[in-house]
Amino acid sequence: METRAFQKIYTKLTQITKATCSLNATGVGYDELAMVNGRLAQVVKIIGNTVTLQVFGGTEGIPTNAEVTFLGKAPTLKVSDDLAGRFFNAYGEPIDGGPAVEGEEREIGGPSVNPVRRKQPSELIATGIAGIDLNNTLVSGQKIPFFADPDQPFNQVMAMVALRAKTDKIILGGMGLTNDDYLFYKNVFDNAGALDRIISFVNTTENPPVERLLVPDMALTAAEYFAVDKNQSVLVLLTDMTLYADALSIVSNRMDQIPSKDSMPGSLYSDLAKIYEKAVQFPAGGSITIIAVTTLSGGDITHAIPDNTGYITEGQLFLRRDTDIGKVIVDPFRSLSRLKQLVIGKKTREDHPQVMNAAVRLFADAANAKTKLENGFDLTDYDERSLNFAKDYSNKLLAIDVNIDIDEMLNTGWNLFNKHFKPEEVGIKKELADKYWPKE
Amino acid sequence: MSTKGKVKGIIANLVIVKADGPVSQNEICFIQLGGTGLMAEVIKVIGEDAYVQVFESTRNLKIDDEVSFTGHMLEVTLGPGILSKNYDGLQNDLDKMKGVFLKRGEYTSALDDDKEWDFKPLAKPGDKVTAGDWLGEVDENGMPHKIMVPFAYTGSYQVKSVAGEGKYKIKNTVAVLIDTDNKDVEVSMVQKWPVKVPIRAFKEKPRPYKLLETGVRTIDTLNPIVEGGTGFIPGPFGCGKTVLQHAISKQAEADIVIVAACGERANEVVEIFTEFPELEDVRTGKKLMERTTIIANTSNMPVAAREASVYTAMTLGEYYRSMGLKVLMLADSTSRWAQALREMSNRLEELPGPDAFPMDLPAIISNFYSRAGYVILNNGETGSITFIGTVSPAGGNLKEPVTESTKKAARCFYALAQPRADSKRYPAVDPIDSYSKYLEYPEFSEYIEKTISDKWIDQVNKAKTILQRGKETYEQINILGDDGVPVDYHVTFWKSEVIDFIILQQDAFDKIDQSTPVERQEYMLESLLDLCNTDFKFESFTEVDNYFKRIINQYKQMNYSEFKSEKFNNFEKELQSIIEERRVA
Repeated sequence: METRAFQKIYTKLTQITKATCSLNATGVGYDELAMVNGRLAQVVKIIGNTVTLQVFGGTEGIPTNAEVTFLGKAPTLKVSDDLAGRFFNAYGEPIDGGPAVEGEEREIGGPSVNPVRRKQPSELIATGIAGIDLNNTLVSGQKIPFFADPDQPFNQVMAMVALRAKTDKIILGGMGLTNDDYLFYKNVFDNAGALDRIISFVNTTENPPVERLLVPDMALTAAEYFAVDKNQSVLVLLTDMTLYADALSIVSNRMDQIPSKDSMPGSLYSDLAKIYEKAVQFPAGGSITIIAVTTLSGGDITHAIPDNTGYITEGQLFLRRDTDIGKVIVDPFRSLSRLKQLVIGKKTREDHPQVMNAAVRLFADAANAKTKLENGFDLTDYDERSLNFAKDYSNKLLAIDVNIDIDEMLNTGWNLFNKHFKPEEVGIKKELADKYWPKE
Repeated sequence: MSTKGKVKGIIANLVIVKADGPVSQNEICFIQLGGTGLMAEVIKVIGEDAYVQVFESTRNLKIDDEVSFTGHMLEVTLGPGILSKNYDGLQNDLDKMKGVFLKRGEYTSALDDDKEWDFKPLAKPGDKVTAGDWLGEVDENGMPHKIMVPFAYTGSYQVKSVAGEGKYKIKNTVAVLIDTDNKDVEVSMVQKWPVKVPIRAFKEKPRPYKLLETGVRTIDTLNPIVEGGTGFIPGPFGCGKTVLQHAISKQAEADIVIVAACGERANEVVEIFTEFPELEDVRTGKKLMERTTIIANTSNMPVAAREASVYTAMTLGEYYRSMGLKVLMLADSTSRWAQALREMSNRLEELPGPDAFPMDLPAIISNFYSRAGYVILNNGETGSITFIGTVSPAGGNLKEPVTESTKKAARCFYALAQPRADSKRYPAVDPIDSYSKYLEYPEFSEYIEKTISDKWIDQVNKAKTILQRGKETYEQINILGDDGVPVDYHVTFWKSEVIDFIILQQDAFDKIDQSTPVERQEYMLESLLDLCNTDFKFESFTEVDNYFKRIINQYKQMNYSEFKSEKFNNFEKELQSIIEERRVA
């Protein structure tokens, strides 16, 4: 951060807590940035002359006579096409050894889109993963998180989705990524030769947690530049939003706010919504799509973080290890894409909605049969067949290692119906069954 | 000389202002920030310090920035032209705003000053009038929009003159009244009213009793709501709250629909923006949007304006109710409103109640619900506001403060159940946990006897009993196993399944099934109860499933066919022959 000439330097802190410090100063704007002994801080409270700063890097070692200067602006990012292919930290400074990016300086966390100016999302985003494309189709302008346990391979799936999705730019916002995961993303993007359309803002576990609060806004400011100024389709990956929310609760705790459910700040819903609602289809053609990760503890989706997220996002994706086939699948029961109705059967083949529903229903029959089996009841012939169908369905469609286009997914679906069931058991509209049911 | 002030403290959107004169609670002020005024509302006063919640982001605001107080509370502008508008929570016309992004401090006028309206006088010189009395009428998208004596006028007035038939702009004088001091008072077509004060220009508020048809079977048949009634829909995410609310708003027998999208997803509002102008209103042949007003304060818009948005919507509703119209108001979701209250209460450092919500949350909620209702106006005409709010309970747990407080205030409870949603039984309204208090109103029974049939309420209760018994039987079967219970148990269970599949479940995306008129609901319920009263003969439980699945399929085809069409009648005939197969004479 450059300093300006004739800047007033304050040298007397009146209060220091673990994440904040206070001093007497005048002429300070709300949300303004400051430097405290070389560490970046932001104004979070002003009462009369007393200004409270949230120090992103933490206050360890900050003395009461620390030098404080105010920068006269809220956090900003310099935007230009040169952002592409670069890796930045939470402050938007390069961490890949390259030069600083020149460009127009924009405040992060900018205003919301006027709802009447939004367009209804309608472009399908294909990922090749049938558990997503077939059952939970993604649409540009959508926001959707993976609800995953920490041991599940969500970073791998996200990287895969990012590389296969046909978008102009991919922006990674990494919050509390382990160094290993950071290197994983870096390698995957490098090897795919896709680096020129990828921009990363990364806060690893080695960085102070409060810094994470800047990452989503940085990533989305870059996204808005490409989506609004360049009319591009931008995919933003945010991982892991649970760690972001944890950082929020740390700050609110230091500010003596009264916690609500699960020790989270009372404003959690608004805080998360401000980020996720940046997902939008612009009238001029650009779009921002957000795929996030919310890690769960013990699969508990009633915890405040996944719960509030679920009310904000347009569906959620669940991963699950299917022990019958020994692979990770996209759980068809708990996953949901709320926007899929806008594209399935419209942008995809006409039989898409029916094949999707029939397969999930038959998979549910298999789950019932399995319960019967576990409870020691006898299985009927139909039960046996549905169990066999479930195995094939998991293997050939739900598993995350599947990579085929949507027509092929639908054909696979029909073949599996034909292999295990009679048309009347599948219960698909007659016209469609006549057309697509495989002829012997 | 209005009160001025200076900024003294800033904590997010709570600003402390040192005022140089009198300020009142809930007064509106504008904070000057580099040439734009940010609107704010006083929510607490201590000594000279006014605590104001700012309806915008406070970024870059500084100590000593100037503040000017307006001397009035947050108001809405009432007049012709409200219908088919898209407003934000403060009644700014969103379509008038320039650019793709919302600009801080940009406020647009709610009505169109230059539009001309066809005015017809209703009052005549010499008439004695009081606030809310009708002076004239304009045609607003086919709705008779009454021009009333402004609600703020106290006491009685005499009409001196009313403009003749013709075209007028909203700010033209259309009537002159004489007050008790013999002074002339000019009345135009536009007036203002503070949103947090209920409009009370009516004679009385009797208990509501008229059925409000929604076309949603699980509501109309099992737990009906009435004109002027209140209801709420709690449910975890993914249970179809919004789909159900949209269905109600599209189909309900209301004159005016007001949708408050309060702190919810912007894309859902976009869906309304895209769909409503296309949807044809079956009753008027016009587009649904023409009698709808949308208040959009999506979750990323400033949180203080979210709190205001439900009041704005309710006040617009009260305005149309005073014209003798049936208003349906929907708010999605009231939990977000409660959370906005919580955020402010937190910044004010008030001692928190349960889950950090403000202590007076139950009072605020019941006070808000009480603004709905069926009223008899001073001229004997009637009007109503039917209010249905959704609640988004944290973690899907109904034992949380917002759900519990709302339960005390609303008379209908439509509980969305996760298990029903998981098994795609939509609308996922739980038939057993949900209730409608109106079924117990003698006024309602009397009305139903006259309009539907004297057996109706009895039949509804029978259907409920069958559903309840079906659930109990299902649990028994699960414990004891399919062959561990008498075959009868399976029959009882499947009879309840038929009611579930045919009445409760409804395809919101099918053209015919999405809306069922009451006449058709009555026909179907009677047919289903006949089926449930029929004895069937089965050898073993394995026959029961398949047989009833066939019956369900047949009924379903009927639901998908035009009522009493040839197709419908054929399916019904086939159904009868299926029933005959196993009927015990």
